[in-house]
Amino acid sequence: MGVSANAVLANVQRLYPNFFTLSPTQEAVLVVPLANLLETLTKLRQDPDLNFNFLMDLTIIDYLTHPVPRKTRFEVVYQLFALESAARLRVKAAVQQAESIQSVTGLWAAADWAEREAWEMYGLKFDGHTNLRRLLTHKDFVGYPLRKDYPAKKRQPLNDSDTLLEEMEQRLVFKGLKTVEVEG
Amino acid sequence: MRVPGIEDKSPVLAEAVVPEFYQDLHTDLMFLNVGPSHPASHGTLRTFVALDGETIAAAVTEIGYLHRGFEKTCELRTYNQCIPYTDRLNYCSAILNNIGFAKAAERLMGVEITDRCKFVRVIVGEMMRVVDHLICIGTNLVDIGALSNFWFLYNKREQVYTILERLTGARLTNSFTRIGGLARDLYDGFEADTLAVLADIEKAAVNVQSLVAKNRIFVDRTQGICILTPERAISYGFTGPNLRATGVPLDLRKTQPYYHYDAFDFDIAVGSKGDTYDRIMVRFIEIEQSIRIIRQAIKMLPGGPINVDDKRVTLPGKADTYQNIEGLINHFKLIFEGVKAPVGEVYDATEAANGELGFYIVSDGSGYPYKVKCRPPCFYAFNAFHEMVEGHMIADLVATLGSINIIAGELER
Repeated sequence: MGVSANAVLANVQRLYPNFFTLSPTQEAVLVVPLANLLETLTKLRQDPDLNFNFLMDLTIIDYLTHPVPRKTRFEVVYQLFALESAARLRVKAAVQQAESIQSVTGLWAAADWAEREAWEMYGLKFDGHTNLRRLLTHKDFVGYPLRKDYPAKKRQPLNDSDTLLEEMEQRLVFKGLKTVEVEG
Repeated sequence: MRVPGIEDKSPVLAEAVVPEFYQDLHTDLMFLNVGPSHPASHGTLRTFVALDGETIAAAVTEIGYLHRGFEKTCELRTYNQCIPYTDRLNYCSAILNNIGFAKAAERLMGVEITDRCKFVRVIVGEMMRVVDHLICIGTNLVDIGALSNFWFLYNKREQVYTILERLTGARLTNSFTRIGGLARDLYDGFEADTLAVLADIEKAAVNVQSLVAKNRIFVDRTQGICILTPERAISYGFTGPNLRATGVPLDLRKTQPYYHYDAFDFDIAVGSKGDTYDRIMVRFIEIEQSIRIIRQAIKMLPGGPINVDDKRVTLPGKADTYQNIEGLINHFKLIFEGVKAPVGEVYDATEAANGELGFYIVSDGSGYPYKVKCRPPCFYAFNAFHEMVEGHMIADLVATLGSINIIAGELER
């Protein structure tokens, strides 16, 4: 282990002095404007001094019924981890319902499913995600179940199973096998 | 025993190896659903594959068959009421999930649990890790066709469950932790029971290893199969044994030691290739290392109370509840309003059997979590599954699915 977690976090604080905070639970948190989000995450991932090579988790918070009032309803949250220094950093950005978030699938492969889940549960779009379809819920599911205004007891009977052909076609094209499929 | 010279065994797609006289033959990719309901799919997991002969040319996965809204449910429960739901995440090692959730909630509330509680959590948690690995290896070997190993390992698991039954009252879904402590202290004779079972497990693990480690069929089926490079594994967010099999020595028990893990003498198991063989062997070594930890922890186990002495967190004793009004009110408040957490949020991770189990909890100041996000290790491992199996045979898909130990309960929450 070459660098210490504290050194890396001090580096982050030096780079983003206005956005960096330490939570009461002693976690490093970076709250950035949505417009700077992708740029910040790219820097955190690619700067060799920071090297946050793990996207441990990604989620969205819906503050609709939260007692502390806020200007924006949603917040997108990334939990980052740097293998070399064992530093942990939480990056957050406030998002309006109509806004979309730029995808980070180009930085971490883990973002693929994480963004799909965040989208299906909260309904905030991730721009640049190539396969933004429902993951845990049924393909015909209507609504965004983890939003605070979605009733927990609501039921939707859904029967048709997904053929997965569309997704497979995309995969075949990606693998360069699509021509084989078309000839058949 | 590694066979030298084996790198990636993935066969090339058919067109490259087809003899010349077959080349005019009209061949197509064949589409096949592997799962969702299949004995080897370890839960309801669906993989849709495009086959070229028996080789998987492309694969896509579909999950969600066991999604039950864990996170939404937690928002409507007090912190202690969430704990039984965490049992159902990775149901092969329920107590590790209990510990993960309780630890995150306690950190959010600023509750420091007692030393005895920490040690008991380590002991029982490591027992669960051993059980989880026994199940993973046992069922994986069945998938490969080695049924006798299953009985060697599963019988030992039953012995551990007998101890857990005496300790927690349940075999599978233990719900053993509480915010600020545990449901109950160890019973008399727990240490002796545990040490006896550990000796049996050690013997079984050695027996099974001697049956498979150099077994020609097993080696052929697993070495060089479904390799994931360390770079891809990190990018996909692999953690735990699956990541360590690729050679990356990340173990939260070492990198950010909690519960006095730094006081124990144990090693991290790492693989060298990141193939199915490594993933299985890493788990064998982790069983040995967990047994080492349990033996040390039992020796070091301190006395004292198991729950924190804090009336805002711990339920009063039954005598207090039934015999004086303050105790009754205290009990009533804790049950109905729950243990309150200050407004804020926390992300806290523990090393569960499958890797980093994280809980991100947002609190609005009430006794109910405002939001709970579980970071299940399986979710990020299964994300990479299609990439791992492409270029390999159908039978390798089955062996690999077992070796990355996908547990649908935590995958889909």
